[in-house]
Amino acid sequence: MQRNPEPDVAPRLALRGITKRYPAVVANDCIDLEVAPGEIHAVLGENGAGKSTLMKIIYGVVKPDAGEMLWQGSRVEVATPAQARRLGIGMVFQHFSLFETLTVAENIALALDERVAPDELASRIRAVSQSYGLPIDPERLVHSMSVGERQRVEIVRCLLQQPKLLIMDEPTSVLTPQAVERLFETLRRLAREGCSILYISHKLDEIRALCDAATVLRGGRVTGTADPRQESAAALARMMIGSELPECHLQPRTPGELKLEIERLWLPTLDPFGVTLREVSLGVRGGEIVGLAGVSGNGQKELLAALSGETLASAQSIRLVGEPAGNLDPARRRRLGLSFVPEERLGRGAVPALSLAANALLTGSGRGMVRRGFIRDATMRGFARSVIERFNVKCGSEEAIASSLSGGNLQKFIVGRETMLNPQVIVAAQPTWGVDIGATRLIRQALIDLRDRGVAVLVISEELEELFMVSDRIAVIANGRVSAALPTAQATVERIGAWMSGKFDDAPAEAIDVEA
Amino acid sequence: MWKLEPRPEPSRPMAYASPLIAVVLTLASGYLLFSLLGKDPVQAFQVFFVKPVETRYGVGELLLKATPLILCATGLALGFRANVWNIGAEGQLVIGAIVGGGVALHFSEAQGSWLLPLMLLGGMAGGMAWATIPALLRTRFHTNEILVSLMLVYVARLLLSYLVHGPWRDPAGYNFPQSRMFQDAALLPVLADGIRTNWAFVFALLLAALSWVFAEKTFAGFRLKVSGLAPGAASYAGFSEKRNIWLTLLISGATAGLAGIAEVAGPIGQLQPSVSPGYGFAAIIVAFVGRLHPLGVVLASLLMSLLYIGGETAQIQMSLPAAVTGVFQGMLLFFLLAADLFIQFRIKSVARHPAPGRSTGVAATERAA
Amino acid sequence: MMTGYMIAFLASTVGAATPLIYASLGELMVERAGVLNLGVEGMMLTGAVAGFAVATQTGSLALGFAAGMGAGMLLSLLFGFLTLTLQANQVATGLALTLFGVGLSAFLGRGFVGAVVTGLKGISLPVLSDLPLVGPLLFRFDPLVYGSIALFIVLEWYLGRARGGLLVRAIGESPACAHAIGYPVVAIRYLAVLFGGAMSGLAGAYLSLAITPMWVEGMTAGRGWIALALVVFATWKPWRVVLGAYLFGGVTILQFHAQGLGLAVPSEFLSMLPYLATVVVLVLICRDPKTILLNQPASLGRRFHPDAG
Repeated sequence: MQRNPEPDVAPRLALRGITKRYPAVVANDCIDLEVAPGEIHAVLGENGAGKSTLMKIIYGVVKPDAGEMLWQGSRVEVATPAQARRLGIGMVFQHFSLFETLTVAENIALALDERVAPDELASRIRAVSQSYGLPIDPERLVHSMSVGERQRVEIVRCLLQQPKLLIMDEPTSVLTPQAVERLFETLRRLAREGCSILYISHKLDEIRALCDAATVLRGGRVTGTADPRQESAAALARMMIGSELPECHLQPRTPGELKLEIERLWLPTLDPFGVTLREVSLGVRGGEIVGLAGVSGNGQKELLAALSGETLASAQSIRLVGEPAGNLDPARRRRLGLSFVPEERLGRGAVPALSLAANALLTGSGRGMVRRGFIRDATMRGFARSVIERFNVKCGSEEAIASSLSGGNLQKFIVGRETMLNPQVIVAAQPTWGVDIGATRLIRQALIDLRDRGVAVLVISEELEELFMVSDRIAVIANGRVSAALPTAQATVERIGAWMSGKFDDAPAEAIDVEA
Repeated sequence: MWKLEPRPEPSRPMAYASPLIAVVLTLASGYLLFSLLGKDPVQAFQVFFVKPVETRYGVGELLLKATPLILCATGLALGFRANVWNIGAEGQLVIGAIVGGGVALHFSEAQGSWLLPLMLLGGMAGGMAWATIPALLRTRFHTNEILVSLMLVYVARLLLSYLVHGPWRDPAGYNFPQSRMFQDAALLPVLADGIRTNWAFVFALLLAALSWVFAEKTFAGFRLKVSGLAPGAASYAGFSEKRNIWLTLLISGATAGLAGIAEVAGPIGQLQPSVSPGYGFAAIIVAFVGRLHPLGVVLASLLMSLLYIGGETAQIQMSLPAAVTGVFQGMLLFFLLAADLFIQFRIKSVARHPAPGRSTGVAATERAA
Repeated sequence: MMTGYMIAFLASTVGAATPLIYASLGELMVERAGVLNLGVEGMMLTGAVAGFAVATQTGSLALGFAAGMGAGMLLSLLFGFLTLTLQANQVATGLALTLFGVGLSAFLGRGFVGAVVTGLKGISLPVLSDLPLVGPLLFRFDPLVYGSIALFIVLEWYLGRARGGLLVRAIGESPACAHAIGYPVVAIRYLAVLFGGAMSGLAGAYLSLAITPMWVEGMTAGRGWIALALVVFATWKPWRVVLGAYLFGGVTILQFHAQGLGLAVPSEFLSMLPYLATVVVLVLICRDPKTILLNQPASLGRRFHPDAG
């Protein structure tokens, strides 16, 4: 049953029986979907449910194996994104499709199918962006822009083609809470003007605040449709994952002594597109979890590299278990008791082409797997097996190749490996990004268990809800500076959101993502 | 309609099969090539591939020519694992010949058994020194080692030319650009009577075996492997890229240098303007075709050696151009790269249009209670 | 007399620089599109032998140059097929192309060693060639020299202003992005690769038909590799390619004029100069990692598969 305000008007977009298979998984299984004109329609599902694939099919990037698509009542085949654009479909990607070394105007010119003179294009860009409250300068190079600004470019790019359907793929993961509100206003205005919006997300609160209708995906199939304004979050969660969303509870405990100290870390960036860390100070005690919030692109990458040892800083600026470690390489920091779960699984946390057993050797070499320079196969395999068992990693065996595991399972393996190295300090970056609910639950609990055992845990994440759930204290990183850490009980989303724009302490900060 | 589809996992069987496929395709192309040249292809095949190894002497030649290939390729394979591209092995070979040969020329009266080992060490040191240059420039100045090591090949060859035309020219040599012939104590002893294969072949096999143990069984070898497969993971794990670069370049420089001195203290017996028909480059192909694995490298070296000898024989006996060897070598590598595709991908047939799906209606779940 | 000598020196510098310009500019376009083709040396040699062979057989230099371009394009098509369609490793395939090209050119050229052809002559431009002093110096070169300058101007304009050039730059930065927008990335890369092949072939033919009108095995003597280094030296900008090519041309010519200049250095060491200069230049450019980060096309050398989900 689809709510259709004018029963005799055809839905703007209708999908019937869309199916897409990949070698290892069925991404979309016989999916039906209907979007009315002027409707904000959510596509809800956890990571891995098939939302992105479905959007790529609608936008013509991927061809379905079966099924049909109807646009305003007539059957169409969208074979290329250019065709999608001609129909009036625009897409704002989750991982932006912008070219960093080109200007805003050049980027937009590439996405337009008609040739427009540069001057005319620049003035059109200014007009549209002003009119919708998304100001951007056409002559700016994209690499100099914050993620929030880049998203504006993506949206303006779509708006210039007068879309009838706008697809937004997880748009708020790069925005502060205040910026999210402004985005919603823009979207509501577009809907009022008759543009339909497909809003892809896994964030229940946002969907309930914004959307008129929702289709829920799980495991590649549609498990239900609903009106999110009328449903409770719990009901939606049940459709999305079959049960309530997992909640983690921290038992209060008194933290021990400082195990990770960052003191006035100053790190100029070598990367021309990077962020300089300025006077960063943060401490994490044994037995507590400190969460570091922030919109991506504000220095997280640089801070993580400084913590892991991939970038060297001054010796005293980082202390591990009391020892100056700022100038030590990763291997020596591991020996001091540091474990690190990186943001990228494949290619960083694990070598895609090697087996899980070999990947255990990546950071586990200090655990008796190497003797006199030679690898001890049996020890290595044994360690890998115990990680697989304890962390419920679904794979053939420890000989399974890392790239054959699903995102969630590989992340479980990596978290497990780092956990079982018995660290004193563990740093986890985006630990549950792109990971299914079951693995998310397990990973968060693993971090809490470590905390309960007295380990100092630092979690860097762009998901505020996650940080509020697992942290004892929360700090914010913005523009290469880090705020003080607030006990979670005293922190509110609004306050943290304001900090994420750079407005913390008394010194006036020029955040990278200042929303005018 | 056919489509190339990525495999969920790289195919193990194809990894072993593709060199064989490449060899077969190369031979097939050779067959065609001979026909096009107006020669009887069967006879050409015979002369090229069979005749050279019909006699004991011929087998000796095969092993002799394979020796520098095994030596160079063993070192190169270690580097390729770690994504370090030492394209200038040819230059390191030449410098190895110069240094080792220089030792022999310096101690021209010596007869002791210490001379040969000193020469060999000198050759290895020379090759290592020459490889130090790209290693230093890469680790300190981020300069691509491909171009640097390659430029140094030309420099090395010119240096050799200068030496044999000038200061090291044999005064009793009728003004030919060559050095004096080395005395017996400066020559590698042969393995048996009637063949020219010398002890360098044994060293080569030993080194190949050792390199396998190093690459597969040691942690240092693991570090190399990870560096080549996923540099991000290597940096995350704290594996020093600089250490890997130095290690692989020095090792491959040493083996190439050893190959060089083995040539001049072996079949050549002196220093000449050219001491290698491109072994350093052919070794690149050998390393690839041999899948960076010592057994594969030895087999591929034998094949390559056969191509060299066959080419020479065919030139004499059938007036086939000597350059046809180079063509075969290139073709072999091409076919290998093409066949390697099937390790990562497979071919699937897809229907031209997606089949219309049955409309099952929206799976209706009224409000969940 | 000194002037006459200077003219000769500069003229031969230009001659030495011109093939470098063609080959480098060709490879520059390939690399701007994100593809690394190390086979320039092989393509140049094949272009040289093809051009020479056709010119001696047909008596037409124009056909010879066309054949050189064609040969380069054929080899680059092979490279494109292996790397863009079959997803082979670009570095290995480029090396294979060089080895194959070296062998193939020796093979094809064996019948032409010692053959003679009248090389490309300079042309006289109407008014300009008669200008005092400057005339004979700058305006009596062969058409391909002027062609190389024209080419660099066209490419500067193309990359900076034309929509096609914009697209090439975009693909060089992120083929996945360009694919998501809907551009035929693989097809455009094929075009770039073919262009690079044509230019390398032309450069080779210029060697065998203009600079030293003859065929000798391996006559490029590493110029293809120097052309590759030039692209890096130029930080992927056409005008710097021309600058670098003329510098290198000068260094190359130095060895032939050393005697005239009274240098008592053994000829082999003078011959080493271009290669050593290449190394020095590379070090100077690559020393600061920011230079490469800011200028190198981000996707250079990486595989791109359109259907990677």
